[in-house]
Amino acid sequence: MSAVLRGDRATEQVELFLIHEARLLDEARYDEWLALFTADAWYWVPSEPGQRSPYDTISLMYDDRRLLETRVRRLMSTQPHAQQPPSRTSRIVANATLEETAADGRALTVRSKLMMVEFRLDNQRIFAGTCTHRLVRADDSFRIAWKRVDLINSDSVLEGLVVPF
Amino acid sequence: MTDYSAAHLRELVQPGRVHRSLYTDPRIFELEMERIFERAWIYVGHESEVKAPGDYRTTRIGRKPLVMVRHQDGKIYVLHNQCAHRGTMVVAGERGNASEFRCCYHGWTYHTDGRLKAVSLPHGYPAHFDPKDPGIAMVQVRRVANYRGFVFASLADHGPSLEEFLGYMTTSFDDMVDRAPDGELEAAGGVFKHAYNANWKVYLENLCDAAHPIFVHQSSIAAAEQQSDSVYSDGSGEIAIRQMRQNGAPYSFWESQVGIWTYPNGHSFLGDYHDDAKLVAALNDPAFRQYITALETRKGTDETARILSVRRWNSNVYPNLSFMSQFQQLRVVHPIGLNRTVVYTYNFRLKGAPEKMFERTISFANIVNGTGSLVLTDDLETYNRIGIGLASGGAEWLEIGRGYTSDLADETGGRRGKNSTSEIYIRNMFDAWLGFMTDEQAQPVRRIEWPEQRAVSK
Repeated sequence: MSAVLRGDRATEQVELFLIHEARLLDEARYDEWLALFTADAWYWVPSEPGQRSPYDTISLMYDDRRLLETRVRRLMSTQPHAQQPPSRTSRIVANATLEETAADGRALTVRSKLMMVEFRLDNQRIFAGTCTHRLVRADDSFRIAWKRVDLINSDSVLEGLVVPF
Repeated sequence: MTDYSAAHLRELVQPGRVHRSLYTDPRIFELEMERIFERAWIYVGHESEVKAPGDYRTTRIGRKPLVMVRHQDGKIYVLHNQCAHRGTMVVAGERGNASEFRCCYHGWTYHTDGRLKAVSLPHGYPAHFDPKDPGIAMVQVRRVANYRGFVFASLADHGPSLEEFLGYMTTSFDDMVDRAPDGELEAAGGVFKHAYNANWKVYLENLCDAAHPIFVHQSSIAAAEQQSDSVYSDGSGEIAIRQMRQNGAPYSFWESQVGIWTYPNGHSFLGDYHDDAKLVAALNDPAFRQYITALETRKGTDETARILSVRRWNSNVYPNLSFMSQFQQLRVVHPIGLNRTVVYTYNFRLKGAPEKMFERTISFANIVNGTGSLVLTDDLETYNRIGIGLASGGAEWLEIGRGYTSDLADETGGRRGKNSTSEIYIRNMFDAWLGFMTDEQAQPVRRIEWPEQRAVSK
C-alpha cells in the first residue's frame, strides 16, 4: 500500500509541483514546462495499457530530451497548422500517491490521476489517465527525470494529439 | 437526382481534374463501397498475426467487419463476422485464439473455418434449415490469397488473381520481405489507429505527394532544423529529427532524384526519398553493420547489395493499402463514412536482424504514423480542412494535373512522372476508380487507359 501524501510537507510540495506543471501546460507555457525536465529526461505516452517498453512497441508520444525540445519548439515558435487556432486545455491533477522514494530522499516516484479537457475548432475532447512522474530534488523544487502518461483509451482510435498531457 | 450512369461517372473524371462530388456525394461513397471495396483485392492482415491454429484477428473490407483466422487445417480463412441466427457480431475482441467461435446472443457456435458447429434448441426448425448449409455459417469470403505473408481477400466471386491484380507492385512486397535475413517478416510492435474527418481517398492521395511536405510540415521541419544535436538522445529522437529534416528537402531534390512510378489498377510507389544512410547513419552504425553481416551470411554479398540498393518510399496498393518496405511500415485506410476515415498502421520485424533494427522501426513509426507525431498531426489537420473546405461548394473541379504533359512510359510496364512532383499517381488512382465504378460486370481489373488517351468530354 503506497503512502498517502497529504498531511506532510514534502508531499504538499509534490502536489504543488504537479499543479504548477498542469498550469504551465494549460497556459501553453511549454518552454517553462520543458525547463522542468532534467537534461536526460524522457516523456512517454504509451499506445497500449501496461506497455512495458517504448523501444519494442509504438507510443502515442515517446520523446527523449532532444525530441521533447523539438516538440516544444514546434508548439512555441513554428506555428503548426494543427494548432491554428490553438487548443485550450483544462487539467485536473489529483489522487497523488508516493510510490517509491530513493534511499537518500533525493528522488521519488509519484502516481497521480489526470483529467484533461481539450477544446479546439468547436470540438471538445476528454482525456483521462494515470501519470507517473520520477522527480528529483533540485534547489527548493523538483525536476522531472521521466514522466509517463497512461491514457485509459491509449489503444483507441484517436484523432491527432498535439498538446502534451 | 443523378443516377450516376457509367457515362455520367466518366464525365466526372477528366484529364487533369476530377469533380468535387467524388468527395462530397454520399451516393458516390455508397457506390465506391460496393464497386471498389467489394471488387478489389483488399489487404486483411499478415500471416504472422495468426501463427497457430485458432489464432484470429478481426479485420474489415470497406465497412464490413470480418475475422481472419487460422483453422485446424493450417489454412487462413476470412469470415464474415456475423452470426447466421440473428446477425450478431460473433467475435468482439481484436485478436486472440479460439477453438470455436460462440455467439453471445443464443450461444450458436462455429468452427474456426466458419462452419456452423452447434445450435441451441435445434428442434422445430422448418425444412430449409440445414446446419451443413454453407450459407448458414459465419460465411467465408470465397477468395483469399497470400503474397509472401500478406493476406488479401476479395468479395468478388470472379476476377484476376492477387498477383495479376498487384502486377509490378509485387516487387515492393519482395523488397520488404527480402530485407529480412531469415526471409520472413513478423507483424509486431502495436497498432496506431488514427482518424480524420474527410473522405478515404485523400489519404493515399497524400502519400506520394512530393509537393506537400514543405508546406504541410513546415512547423516540424523548422523545429527540427533548429534542434541542437548535442542534446541527449537515446537514438529514437535522432531518427525522428532526421526524418523531419528530410521533409524539408528542396524541390530541386524532389525534381532531380526521387521519382514516382505508377501501375495498372491504381498502384504506385515513390522512389528514393529517404534511405537507411540518411535515416540511421547506416555505414557507421554498429547495428546496421551487424544487420548487413546477417544478410550477407544468409544471402551472399551480391544479393545483399542488390537488396539494399532498392530504395522505395511509400508503395500504394489501390484502393486502401500503403507500405514502406525500407522501414517496415504498413497502413490500411478504412472508410467509415463519406467524411470519416480511420487508418490502422502496422510495423514488421525483420526476422534474423538485430533487435536494434526493430527499435529503429518503432522510432520511425512514431514519427511517420504516430497519432501524437510532430509530422502526422499536420497531415491529419490538412485532411480535416479538406473535409470542411469541400463543403464550401466552391471550385467545382479539383485539379490533379501537375506533371500531366510530361509523364512518361516506363520500361517496367507502368508509367512514371518526369519527376516525383507529378500528380500522376492521383490520376492513376482515378483511372482505376473509373474502371471499378463503371464496369458493371464486376470485373475488377480493367485495361488501363492512360489519361491523355481519354477524350476530353467538355
